[in-house]
Amino acid sequence: MADIVLDNVTKRYPDGFEAVRDMSLQIQDGEFVILVGPSGCGKSTALRMVAGLEDITEGQLKIGGDVVNDRAPKDRDVAMVFQNYALYPHMTVRDNMGFALKLKGADKEEVNGKVEEAARILDLMQHLDRKPSQLSGGQRQRVAMGRAIVRDPKAFLMDEPLSNLDAKLRVQMRTEVSRIQQRLGTTTIYVTHDQTEAMTLGDRVAVMRTGLLQQVGSPMELYNDPVNLFVAGFIGSPAMNFMPATVEGDRVKLPIGDVRLPQQLRERIGRVDGSRSLIAGIRPESFEDVALVGEARDRGSTFRAQIEVLESLGSELYAHFTVTTDQSIESQELQELAEDAGAGEVPSSGEEGRIVARLDPNSRAEEGREAELWVDASQIQLFDPDDGRNLTTEQKGPAATGGGQSPMGREPDRAEQETEPGSAAGRTEPTTGG
Amino acid sequence: MQHTARERTFWLLAIVLVLFYALVPVIWMISLSLKPAAKLSTERGFFYGIFHPDTSNYDAIFSGSVFTRPLVNSLVVAGISTLIAIMLAAMAAYALSRLDFPGKTLILSGALAVAMFPPISIVGSLFNIWRDIGLYDTWAGLIIPYMTFTLPLAIYTLSAFFREIPWELEQAAQVDGATPFQAFRKVIVPLAAPGVFTAAILVFIFAWNDFIFANVLTSTNNARTVPPALAFFTGESQFEQPIGAISAAAVVVTVPIVIMVLIFQRRIVAGLTAGAVKG
Repeated sequence: MADIVLDNVTKRYPDGFEAVRDMSLQIQDGEFVILVGPSGCGKSTALRMVAGLEDITEGQLKIGGDVVNDRAPKDRDVAMVFQNYALYPHMTVRDNMGFALKLKGADKEEVNGKVEEAARILDLMQHLDRKPSQLSGGQRQRVAMGRAIVRDPKAFLMDEPLSNLDAKLRVQMRTEVSRIQQRLGTTTIYVTHDQTEAMTLGDRVAVMRTGLLQQVGSPMELYNDPVNLFVAGFIGSPAMNFMPATVEGDRVKLPIGDVRLPQQLRERIGRVDGSRSLIAGIRPESFEDVALVGEARDRGSTFRAQIEVLESLGSELYAHFTVTTDQSIESQELQELAEDAGAGEVPSSGEEGRIVARLDPNSRAEEGREAELWVDASQIQLFDPDDGRNLTTEQKGPAATGGGQSPMGREPDRAEQETEPGSAAGRTEPTTGG
Repeated sequence: MQHTARERTFWLLAIVLVLFYALVPVIWMISLSLKPAAKLSTERGFFYGIFHPDTSNYDAIFSGSVFTRPLVNSLVVAGISTLIAIMLAAMAAYALSRLDFPGKTLILSGALAVAMFPPISIVGSLFNIWRDIGLYDTWAGLIIPYMTFTLPLAIYTLSAFFREIPWELEQAAQVDGATPFQAFRKVIVPLAAPGVFTAAILVFIFAWNDFIFANVLTSTNNARTVPPALAFFTGESQFEQPIGAISAAAVVVTVPIVIMVLIFQRRIVAGLTAGAVKG
């Protein structure tokens, strides 16, 4: 067990492509950190650099205090779980799990003891003498986990370990992974493109985009205070609704109507001379049926919308409606989000934008009928369309400090090396083409 | 599937025809080898030898060193050629399938070019060179050309198999603490076993069956392998034909090939069905 420190790590390929750019991240001993982002964002490359399967072009990687940049994978004492499990097909489950120990020269009894212990944890006892081809997908996944567990390594590295499982099994194994990690207390880096996995599994989540670390923080921090458009759109399901907004004085003009901004938000945006075009982000749960709002009604404003589709999940209702706008705003980040997940569409001039609102199941909104909805103005987030920066989030120190969750705060000198939210977003500017 | 009687008759006839065509030389050879020399010209029946087996030809070929010594030569030469060729080819193929280096395609096409050289075109010069450097009529003198001529095919076969093996397996082995060579030996080679055996069979058969090199590059039983040795078989007297003995020897040299294919075929099938990586 050990802490892992990435210090301005960069991966540049011979053709000049930078898969990971200047990434700094501190992972505490025993911490469970998720690297999340759309495909091609460099999260897997980052993980493979920690494993030693990719060379580090620049920067420093420390595992347990030792610089390991030039060490071969076998000398780093980390275990990896691959997306396709990479079980050795010619070996039994027992041999698969004991392979690393045998290579280390452990004697037979020790290997057997450890393999059986891991098999008990993973409920694989009756499959020990089978070949991987005779196992189901979930069982194979557990063998891959077992192969990592028996070694008692400094860290677990998991590269989308659940993506080959069907939905039900994935949820089951997600809990399993979490349980095992808590039980063993081994430092874990987990790569996924699934934001649900990221939100549910980790102590801290690191969101990446085009090789750059966007924000590091606890799941709730990322959800409530995303530093930029990308993080806001990526985290959360259904995704945050985006729409063009014009701030004039203390009001913001949205396609759904004018909303008076609370004092707190106005202060954070700063002084606005005349009017300013921004992108507004509203989470589905910031909407509510007016009839069910009650006292909070003063905090927001109401509007009418033609409900097109109403999805009932029992505990909640999702109301889909469209808005039209005459404003036009484009953002590179949102385009990427839209390509990746179909989320984050901002309607531009004359186009219709789809909005999802989460309503209380007691709402009497009906499909095809107009309903009166309420939006919580204090929950509106406003983003700079040029660099995607969140203007409404609380401008506190480095995002990676992670509030009370992370022990990072105790070491201020370390915290300085963390990616600062502002600068991370700022560096994307060339691509946004301001 | 339902077949009409006519269809069934047709297929039955076709199968018998093909089997007959394929097996006639073999049956004839076995039949001849079991016929004593005296009956060769008197008993013309195709199956005579099989119905009246007589092992005198086999006794004859195993009694002296005329056949046994070439048999040993053949086994050693083919065996060593196979071993070296597969070892070299496995390493070369591994590099070709895993590494990206300049001149990779050049090496592959160069290997192919070597395979296309007709042996007859170089056997003359080899004869002279071998005599000069003392490799003439030695095992090494045969092993070297066999190995060289079979390497390209072995490399091609093996690199195709290596390419099928997912990278992750090797990386998993490396993360598990294996050195690159350990990963190669304990994970890649066992997984490519079907390919290794296929290549081994091809190399072995080439070396075992070769006549040209063995005929030109040897002069005595010192290194002469079975195929040219058969050509030098003589009867008891110049009036006696050694056909029976040749047939018996031919049967004997066929056996190792058949056994090898049977053994390795099981490995090949077992390897191919051993199981996928993911589900």
